[in-house]
Amino acid sequence: MSKHHVTTTINGEPMEYLCEAQQSMLDVLRDELGLTGSKEGCSSGDCGACTIICDGDIVCSCLMLGVEAEGRAITTIEGIADGDKLHPVQQKFLEHAALQCGFCTPGYIVAAKALLDQNLNPTEEEARYWLAGNLCRCTGYDKILRAVMDAAEVMRAEAGK
Amino acid sequence: MSYLDKEALKVVGTRPIRPDGVDKVIGRASFGADYTMPGMLWGKVKRSPHAHARILKIDTSKAEKVPGVRAIVTAADFPDIPSEEAFIGEGPMNFRDLSRNCMARDKVLYDGHAVAAVAATSNAAAEEAVDLIEVEYEVLPHVIDVEAAMAADAPVLHDDMFTQGVEPKATKPSNVAKVITFTKGDIARGFAEAEVVIERKYTTQPVHQAYIEPHACVVAYGNDTQTTIWSSSQGQFMVRAYCAKLLGVDMANIRAVPAEIGGGFGGKTLVYLEPVAMALSKKCGRPVKLVMSREEVFRGTGPTSGGTIEVKIGAKKSGRIVAAELVLKYQAGAFAGSPVGPGCMCAFAMYDLDNVHITGYDVVSNRPKVAAYRAPGAPISSFGVESCIDELARELGIDPLALREMNAARDGTKTPYGPTLTNVGYLQTVEAARNHPNNQIPLGPNQGRGIASGFWFNIGGESSAAVHVNEDGTVAVVEGNPDIGGSRASMAMMAAEVIGIPYEKVRPVVGDTASIGFTFLTGGSRVTFATGMAVTQAAEKVVEQLKSRAAAIWDISAEAVEWRDGKAFPAGANAGSFEPLSLAEIAVKSGRTGGPITAEVSINAQGAGPGFATHICDVEVDRETGHVKILRYTAVQDVGRAIHPSYVEGQIQGGVAQGVGWALNEEYIYDKDGRLENAGFLDYRIPVMSDMPMIDAVMVEVPNPRHPFGARGVGEVPIVPPMAAVANAIADAVGARMRDLPMSPPKLRAELDEQDPPRMAAE
Amino acid sequence: MPRVNYEAPTSVEDAVKILAGASGMAKVLSGGTDLLVQLRSGRIKPDLIVDTKRIPGLIGIREEGGFFVIGAASPGVMLSGHAGLEHAWPGIVEGADLIGSTQIQGRASLAGNLCNASPAADSVPAVIAARSTVVIAGPGGRREAPAEAICTGPGRTSLEKGEFIVEFKIPKPKPHQCDAYLRFIPRTEMDIAVVGCGTNVTLDAGGTCVDARVVLGAVAPTTVIVEDAAKALIGHKLDEATLAALDKAAQAACKPISDKRGTIEYRTKVAGVLARRTAAIAFERAAAR
Repeated sequence: MSKHHVTTTINGEPMEYLCEAQQSMLDVLRDELGLTGSKEGCSSGDCGACTIICDGDIVCSCLMLGVEAEGRAITTIEGIADGDKLHPVQQKFLEHAALQCGFCTPGYIVAAKALLDQNLNPTEEEARYWLAGNLCRCTGYDKILRAVMDAAEVMRAEAGK
Repeated sequence: MSYLDKEALKVVGTRPIRPDGVDKVIGRASFGADYTMPGMLWGKVKRSPHAHARILKIDTSKAEKVPGVRAIVTAADFPDIPSEEAFIGEGPMNFRDLSRNCMARDKVLYDGHAVAAVAATSNAAAEEAVDLIEVEYEVLPHVIDVEAAMAADAPVLHDDMFTQGVEPKATKPSNVAKVITFTKGDIARGFAEAEVVIERKYTTQPVHQAYIEPHACVVAYGNDTQTTIWSSSQGQFMVRAYCAKLLGVDMANIRAVPAEIGGGFGGKTLVYLEPVAMALSKKCGRPVKLVMSREEVFRGTGPTSGGTIEVKIGAKKSGRIVAAELVLKYQAGAFAGSPVGPGCMCAFAMYDLDNVHITGYDVVSNRPKVAAYRAPGAPISSFGVESCIDELARELGIDPLALREMNAARDGTKTPYGPTLTNVGYLQTVEAARNHPNNQIPLGPNQGRGIASGFWFNIGGESSAAVHVNEDGTVAVVEGNPDIGGSRASMAMMAAEVIGIPYEKVRPVVGDTASIGFTFLTGGSRVTFATGMAVTQAAEKVVEQLKSRAAAIWDISAEAVEWRDGKAFPAGANAGSFEPLSLAEIAVKSGRTGGPITAEVSINAQGAGPGFATHICDVEVDRETGHVKILRYTAVQDVGRAIHPSYVEGQIQGGVAQGVGWALNEEYIYDKDGRLENAGFLDYRIPVMSDMPMIDAVMVEVPNPRHPFGARGVGEVPIVPPMAAVANAIADAVGARMRDLPMSPPKLRAELDEQDPPRMAAE
Repeated sequence: MPRVNYEAPTSVEDAVKILAGASGMAKVLSGGTDLLVQLRSGRIKPDLIVDTKRIPGLIGIREEGGFFVIGAASPGVMLSGHAGLEHAWPGIVEGADLIGSTQIQGRASLAGNLCNASPAADSVPAVIAARSTVVIAGPGGRREAPAEAICTGPGRTSLEKGEFIVEFKIPKPKPHQCDAYLRFIPRTEMDIAVVGCGTNVTLDAGGTCVDARVVLGAVAPTTVIVEDAAKALIGHKLDEATLAALDKAAQAACKPISDKRGTIEYRTKVAGVLARRTAAIAFERAAAR
């Protein structure tokens, strides 16, 4: 079984790689491309630590095959900040101490960014359900939610809304 | 020196951004599985499908033929070490048990027990080879539950285990490893005086720490026998000590490098993979990476115990408790060493009692060996005790906070396990809970409010820290504790406060085992207390040096130099007239005034102030489905002094959420053959974001005078009260007393169906 | 994961050809949220994966005649983002939306949920309750079947070798017709349904039920169309007696198992509860139209 040649876009950059069909997108990111920011917590879509954005929608990269990325646009945690400028969600995670061990953090930041990309004014309940697929065992979720809501406020102000 | 005057503090008590924060929000921080090495191989562990079986034969011949396979190890590749007690982790441990837990020898003792491991050039080859290892078993009868394991006819796990702590000496092997007792006063006389006696039995299920990062390591066994271990653990010195013992090598030949750790909660205070990866690496001469799957984490690593809690409390009608008796039976898993000891110690420690008798049983059964989990043992016994106290309050018609206040442990109270309490803040937590606005919010139909308290003794212990002044006036702090929840920030803050420089000028680093003196692991709520004390003392030594360097530059005596705000000043007019010298100005000249300015301190910190908490939980029950919604949660805790208040709140909030999961849905489900049925996050149901409300963390500060800043450990006690708080709230809401965890919807609905007629909250 | 082959055909015909010609086990990949979990855990070891998402029409929703036609591989997020569908069949959208997390919604499809053939599939009861059909392509051409005809038991479907679902056809609601779906789970998200119930009702102008379908999930080897529950509703307004009869009929239809997610007794009781609750929502929605 020969490897598949995949041409895709990752974090805005054209990318080519070879992968075997059974390799998940997460395996490809971590083991082939050295993008270890996406984490494996369960490999069954239950923890969200491997969340990436694929063509605008968040997905668990453990539940996507590497070959499926052909022609798609992928964003990972490594592509959320704008150079040295942190995304408001990243900045607010720091300010609110919304991470303790930090292992689930990349998944949260990708998922929360996607939420705010489509809804700059989520209610607490909307945010809680949107992020229910991201497990955190350290924080009790309180500070994560505060960080996301505060980031939304910053982004609304930036957008003049 | 002491820094207890809060008003005088400039850095401690503020909420700066953690030094390792940016790396963690951009995906750059390196956790255990993020390391790779040139020439690295991928490892995979073969695990037992049986709960209890004799290993008759392991045939690796087919597996060896898989292309890419470079090494296969079994117990035969490890020394068969003798029984020897270890004091390395959090809680009891025996080196021989740990060796056999990492790789089964002769028998497998639980579903998921490691029996062999493979290293290969790819993950896929390793997996294929693991499948091809043939293990012949003789399946033995197994036992899962604690009381069944104590039965006379139960299958015995260890032929050489004789119950300790009983008279006359045990003559027959048993699954009861140990019996311990604590006695204070005269329990019979106490009960004779009682006007009301409540006697109840409660049970809890084992629960997993469920850190999101599975165990992971990379081990490189060098040709010169120097081994380097990169792994995610709660203590690099712990990893080194266990690996040295289990592989029979000198500690000096192992360097353990701490990776970032993705949660532990006690579950990473022992090793599973590191010795196996080391054996594989030794055999094939290449670095080996081992990473657990989530299923392996659930099947193969330690949860905390489940147990039974039999509580008997006698009181006067006034509410004054006159006697308290407790029998605890804790599952240890496959090897002895449940946290029944701390369970006994903490159970009644919130109360000032004259007559107490506590008995604890440590019992093995065919489950994974338990590991420490946040306040190990205390949440289990406290679920029983704090539920029973609530039942007593209801029986007597006394407000549960008033009952607790009446019986509260305070300064001068002698605990049932020995020490006399000083400078404790339990009463303050009860009072703050009573006065909190959340305690006044009216409740609707099927809503209820539950109160529970908790205690954890906290520990100190051995810690090392080094403070180095760099030539540009910045400061490096090296410490020996993996940062599991923001402790780098606290260390930097204490150093910055002492030296008088901005927090941003201090860079904390977690050192490997060759870079910093011995430091006991991250656990027991000890890091900010003990390692913080070491950092403070090292920073003070640096300040002394800075003063003497300034004195040298000015050519005056060191006593004539005063240090404040990061600068040296002449102590008074008689000392001479000099412009103040900043840290940077002194640092740049350090080569000319005596060499580098640096200090390392190693201590055995004593005087960890105990922690108390009182929680208020409001719930709403769906009577038709048995679903419990947490409406609001208020957690009051004596934190001594909050060094970084956000991370203290975070500890409290995290502990509460874990407790809520323990209360409502988390459990191990075994089939009749002793196989774990819910080894994944789908059916091992930890709380998700939409399950939780905001958690009001209320910090009461009763400074601990034994710590320079007044800190006391804060990480463990918040998981102690929630199970009883939720149970008491459910009882308040719908009159159903849930004495068996988890209080899952089917169980609550069944309990409600027993009510005839249905009881309302007011009744 | 064991090694496997992968194909991503760009036409229905090619997909059929590949599936029909495959030696060994071939699995269709649409969202992959079940398939990849099974693959990784080793529960299935397919030789070939056929990704259908590159086939035109397999992703997308169109309105055609009296139907919503939903491409079989359309992810959940597409259903909840379709205003027309959400207005017409809020219950179907609720069911699809309840499959897993937001991340799962970015991938999980109706066809995957149906063909994974779990009795607990959240999107299935409301789809069946709306009397939807599926269009199946295979070596013999295209055929149409009622949605309830696909799953024949846990993990088993009526699809023949070489066949796969191309699209779902969901009839548009009649006046005063609407639906609701509820499931019970121990947490608030991320669990598999302990019981699910989709209820679809048509009322007359006075609020009396003239047609109904009540479909239960997770209480039998397949989803169950509860005829007696429909009978309990038809000809009635939603009063106490009707609700009691509905509850009883729903409970009577349950043949559940006890497992790690719920007991027989509990599932049966909750089926009655959810039948009542979904009926109440569906009646209110239908009456409002």
